Amino acid sequence: MAIQRKSNMLIIDGNQAAAIAAKMSRVQVVAAYPITPQTPLTEQLSLFVEQGELKAEYVAVESEHSAMAVCTSASIVGARAFTATSSHGLAYMHEMLHWAAGARLPIVLACVNRAIGAPWNVLNDQQDSISQRDTGWIQIYCRNNQEIMDTIIQAYRIAEQVHVPVMVCYDGYILSHTEMPVDVPEQADVDRYLPPYKPHTSLDPADPKNYNLVTLANPRIGVDGKLCHGYMELRYLLQEALQNSRETILQAGREFNDIFGRDYEHMFWEDRNDDAEITIVAMGSLAMEAIVAADMLREEGIKVGVLGLRVFRPFPKSDVVQALRKSKLIVVFDKNISYGSEGATCSEIKSALYGTYINASVRNFIVGLGGRDIKARELVEATKKAIASLKETVINPDYPEWICQI
Amino acid sequence: MKANAVNLIEKEWILPGNRTCPGCALSLAYRHTLKALEGQCIVTVPASCATVLHGMYPITAVNVPCVNTPFASTGASATGLVAGLKALGRKGITVLAFAGDGGTHDIGIQSLSGAAERQIDFIYICYDNEGYMNTGNQRSGSTPLGAVSGTTPVLGKQQYQKDMTAIMEAHGLPFVATCSASYPLDLYEKVKKAKTIEGTRFIHIHTPCPPGWIFPFSDTIKFGEMAVETGLVVLYEVEDGIFRLTSASESIARKGGNLQPVREYFTSQGRFKTITEEQIDELQEWVNARWKQCLHRATNL
Repeated sequence: MAIQRKSNMLIIDGNQAAAIAAKMSRVQVVAAYPITPQTPLTEQLSLFVEQGELKAEYVAVESEHSAMAVCTSASIVGARAFTATSSHGLAYMHEMLHWAAGARLPIVLACVNRAIGAPWNVLNDQQDSISQRDTGWIQIYCRNNQEIMDTIIQAYRIAEQVHVPVMVCYDGYILSHTEMPVDVPEQADVDRYLPPYKPHTSLDPADPKNYNLVTLANPRIGVDGKLCHGYMELRYLLQEALQNSRETILQAGREFNDIFGRDYEHMFWEDRNDDAEITIVAMGSLAMEAIVAADMLREEGIKVGVLGLRVFRPFPKSDVVQALRKSKLIVVFDKNISYGSEGATCSEIKSALYGTYINASVRNFIVGLGGRDIKARELVEATKKAIASLKETVINPDYPEWICQI
Repeated sequence: MKANAVNLIEKEWILPGNRTCPGCALSLAYRHTLKALEGQCIVTVPASCATVLHGMYPITAVNVPCVNTPFASTGASATGLVAGLKALGRKGITVLAFAGDGGTHDIGIQSLSGAAERQIDFIYICYDNEGYMNTGNQRSGSTPLGAVSGTTPVLGKQQYQKDMTAIMEAHGLPFVATCSASYPLDLYEKVKKAKTIEGTRFIHIHTPCPPGWIFPFSDTIKFGEMAVETGLVVLYEVEDGIFRLTSASESIARKGGNLQPVREYFTSQGRFKTITEEQIDELQEWVNARWKQCLHRATNL
């Protein structure tokens, strides 16, 4: 059935898309601290609030740690909370990120990906959000501004269903400050898609409850004689929630398509991967560059496809295995590095393939740190080097190659 | 009508059998705070002795809604509660932040200062046992000169206490006050008054700690009183910039303003075992100078 929709195409940058999406999600509390390149997003939200376009409490906090603390307490009292940050701001929030996930609060955070110092650098890579990988948040990466808009709206659907906070990540400057066409949804459609937040917590003097008390390792009996979870059980439930969130994420994507006509029923997206012998894996806007590289390699008769990672946590292991089943060589480009090991997405890919029937070689390249320009021809050259490495030792298989001038 | 031992509300919001040490002044302070608020509050508590008092999941010793929050975040957590309640249109609930001196003077000062500067509408209470007592007594920004602690083990602390109430007053708050757990009715009156005022309200409560300060469990009230009688703690409130001495400090001022010497306060607590005569003299001078300032500022004598 063809969907009749009114198009409302705007030419906006990624930060504007994120701000409009937060507004349309009817967030009730916004707490944020300015940091490059997130700043225009938080300015835009304060403008929406002061102009009366968004009925929300805007809290101009004195730090990112406080931004997330405001969000956790606002969320636990029952409000839909939003924040945004980058780089050092996200690092400063680290403790509170654990707290938000541990308390199972459905907060949405826009992370405008930026490098971390020292030395100072305000440009893009993904070291900031990757460093927060293990805090218990769902992480979704966007490849363009339309995806930023759509993913933030979906993020509340997902978060409020599985009671896990969602980090929506997009590349600083490359998306945050680059204007491109974005189809802005109708508010009525967003309201239909995203019902008001029904909190699972209650802070009411008439029915007092005490949240996040000291919790012992083992289950403990309450005053009513009921056995309650220990710390370990609570951690298991968080892991279970993330493991099982795949279905919710896919459903949120499917129903988004039903209303808005854009399909997100996938954990990652693929380009010409059906007949590919070589698959390039990348995350965020980098995967768009990989398509250009694949074009160039295909022109030379090399069968290359692209797998663009979207959902990084939970990591879609079996989906990835299914997508890579025909690949003989997998070339993973990472805009992050786990020092002393390799890129984070490369480790995930290798881990997903272990013990399966797939016996593909995996090669890892570290690219684009601190905003270093990534040219499609560099991805082409790297891919060719990876191909050559199958026959002769041109790459140390233990560690990633770096595309830089050392 | 002023509060007295007879007309004080009977209902308890701190339940018996909690996990505080014997003679804990925090229990007393928290108990009278919640009585003054008649339980109509949401409390946020950072890591502190109050966390221990709150109990272990799934059992709690407090009968008001609470969130426990990381150490540095109390002021921001209170802000989030206020913002959330406002966004949801819920009225008539006081947000109470209840933190120790480490969580206030040291790690929590940034989020508290930020919230106070924004004039967020909540009551912040710092119960001050003058050290990191929950972790076994290490020095804090509120540990007094000369006190031995886990991290000033031999020489004792070499610096003065940070005057947190003065810092908070400098934020231009509508109400700041100092209290002592040994004067619960004064505390009760101040919390009751704070409840009626809008904006960030700061109350500092001196809470003697028998195991940390090393004195007998039965002497908590005595040491709290001694601190006030010597002028080491002055009970006052500043409402819209108007300074008033209250309770025992007001009585001392009215009866000629003669304080007891500080010496016995120091020589009778184990934590001051290495304090020098020079330090005691210094502290006596410091007390005298501050008391003079308080008498000068007081508008109700």
